[in-house]
Amino acid sequence: MERRIGLVAAMAWAREKLFSTPANAALTVGSLALLYWCVPPALDWMIFSADFAGESRADCTGEGACWVFVKARLGQFLYGFYPEGERWRVDLAFALLVAACLPLAWPRFPAKGKIAALLLLAYPPVAILLFHGGAGLAVVETARWGGLFLTLVIAGVGIVASFPIGVALALGRRSPLPVVKALCVAFIELVRGVPLITVLFMASVMLPLFLPEGVSFDKLLRALVGIALFYAAYMAEVVRGGLQAVPRTQYEAAESLGYGYWQTMRLVVLPQALRHVIPGIVGIFIALFKDTTLVLIIGLFDLLGIVQAAVSDPQWIGYNVEGYVFAGLGFWIFCFALSRFSQFLEGRLAHTGRRARRTTKERQMATLDAPLQVD
Amino acid sequence: MQPERRTYAFAVTECMAALEASRKSDTSILNSLAFRGVVYQVLLASGVILLGWYLYHNAHLNLERQGIATGFDFIGERAGFSIGESLIPFDSAQSYGRALLVGILNTLYVAAFGVVLATILGVTMGIARVSSNWLISKLASGYVEACRNVPVVLHVIFWASVIRALPPPREALNPFDGVFITNRGVIYPLPVENAIYPWMGLALLVGIAGAVLFARWAGRRRELTGRNVSTFWPGLGIILGLPLLVWLAGGAPLEWSVPALRGFNFQGGTSLTPEFVGLLVGITVYTGAFIAEIVRAGIQSVPHGQVEAARAVGLRPGLVMRLVILPQALRVIVPPTTSQYLSLTKNSSLGVLIGYPDLVNVGNTTLNQTGQALEAISIMMAVYLMISLSISIFMNFYNRLVAIRER
Repeated sequence: MERRIGLVAAMAWAREKLFSTPANAALTVGSLALLYWCVPPALDWMIFSADFAGESRADCTGEGACWVFVKARLGQFLYGFYPEGERWRVDLAFALLVAACLPLAWPRFPAKGKIAALLLLAYPPVAILLFHGGAGLAVVETARWGGLFLTLVIAGVGIVASFPIGVALALGRRSPLPVVKALCVAFIELVRGVPLITVLFMASVMLPLFLPEGVSFDKLLRALVGIALFYAAYMAEVVRGGLQAVPRTQYEAAESLGYGYWQTMRLVVLPQALRHVIPGIVGIFIALFKDTTLVLIIGLFDLLGIVQAAVSDPQWIGYNVEGYVFAGLGFWIFCFALSRFSQFLEGRLAHTGRRARRTTKERQMATLDAPLQVD
Repeated sequence: MQPERRTYAFAVTECMAALEASRKSDTSILNSLAFRGVVYQVLLASGVILLGWYLYHNAHLNLERQGIATGFDFIGERAGFSIGESLIPFDSAQSYGRALLVGILNTLYVAAFGVVLATILGVTMGIARVSSNWLISKLASGYVEACRNVPVVLHVIFWASVIRALPPPREALNPFDGVFITNRGVIYPLPVENAIYPWMGLALLVGIAGAVLFARWAGRRRELTGRNVSTFWPGLGIILGLPLLVWLAGGAPLEWSVPALRGFNFQGGTSLTPEFVGLLVGITVYTGAFIAEIVRAGIQSVPHGQVEAARAVGLRPGLVMRLVILPQALRVIVPPTTSQYLSLTKNSSLGVLIGYPDLVNVGNTTLNQTGQALEAISIMMAVYLMISLSISIFMNFYNRLVAIRER
């Protein structure tokens, strides 16, 4: 009996959601045909006919994907040309970062602010020491960095550096001082009008021309400067949106407390403005993460760059789709997780917003009620 | 302290007034906001100027030492490289300036196609995402989630490699008669040039103008009499009918240049190069996913009460979409779509990765051959800035058309 009710419900669901009109029914049948035509061959290629076991090209049977290629090159895809004996340093640095971030992700962990400040101040020197070497550790030139490791380094540094610059530019753009405002507007609009490629070209080809003789920057560092400045302009526009959403009364209230400009911004305006635009900021982070792939144009081997180098290796020619699928999945996992995180934050912020509004209303109700109670 | 009200004109006179005021009262001039503002700005401006001078000085010394002449004289020199595809005739004997122009045109060409195709794909997928059909909406969200979380660089490289993996001309895929898909690009038939075709184009323009006028007349008549005149079929009739009449009057010339396999390659017809197709598909699929999200958000931003109200006054579903939902949704859709068009245009610079001769590709070759890094990169940046500005000006104009007209 219950099964029949389930069946009837399923039929009703299908009638409503799949076959409500003749046009809808045609669309459903068409999509099913498309799925039948695409999904089984794709699954067959990726899993059922694919080769997983083996060490070399000889183990590829050629019927489906040959994941042996990815397996054989996994070390390179993850660490680039980082010496195999030293890779524990990279692992250790990332493990430290995850360990330090865990308390921050914990909803009610004490002294979050102090941990975050400590992380920002103490982690970079530790990470640089571990990644680059020195003080007893063998030095690994940045030219040997690569793979997912390099992608994460570029994305991490880009995110951490572009955020404060972006906030400063946004404040500058809304500054009453005309020179400050003009400079910030010019920088933001100039950068937003050109592609990142040209900025990277500039960082790799033009920047050395502007430095005095004998001074030279590391190529990775130049790319990082380019990416951070480029995304700072986009960050500035997002933050500006948040600043515009802070009501005028907040500035007036801060002024009546005797706050100066920096106090007003730091204690009153920015906390509200930034909370408004957290989803936008995460969106910029996602875009930055994806655009780290562009560094392959100036000869750095990020995850995609190293995969591209590997697929053009004569020993493994013809396995480029496997390589690209692997790189694509790598990027997809990170970006999808970040976008879900952004949606989660958005939901939580909307919730706190509602609650705050309700308490204001309650407070108003209370003041309205107050005289009655006194009387 | 709030920025809106601090309307100090930081002029010298203000500063003098502050000085005067501070002399009269006992407060120090250092406490005057106007004075401080001037000091900060002077410091900042001189810092920027000093930095600029320092960089210029370094660049000047470096260029002198490397023996590179500055200036844009190289533009007139002989380029000496050939370009794979070009909208205007070009050969290696022509100048760098002409080569850069070819690059600019190629960039605009692929960006124009990309904007149109990404809009079609994005709007289709965005409407599919809010479809009442469960399967269709899930498929559309699958497309969006899969494509927007992967770098556009990977899209471009992937599609270029897919095209390279297509069969060679001898085993070309032949989906329609006369259309061949091969690893050398897409080859399709083209009507042979005829004197009547320009006139047909003119007739088409006249037809469009006529249809617009007819629609205006119909709208006025509806306002006056309350009688509805169907505009769709007559409009379509004018737009298509006029060129057809011209064609028939010209003796109905119909000669196609149909591609056919000769030896190792096709002859006749015309083709899209594999680089062009790879870049176009890559940026279209990527940007389409973003536009789909924008369209979905726009449609969902229209309150459901509007749809119910429209149904209550007896509008058919198509009219509900056209007269009630879309005009309101467009207000939400247009501004973010503008920035997608801008980023698509900028992403077309990824052609350099797969060998499509766009502006960055040609500019890069020029840079490598002449060593004029400053000039080449400045040209690239200036051109992209101009393209970006033109697109935003046009889209702002369109946005004003669809924005709420407040009284």
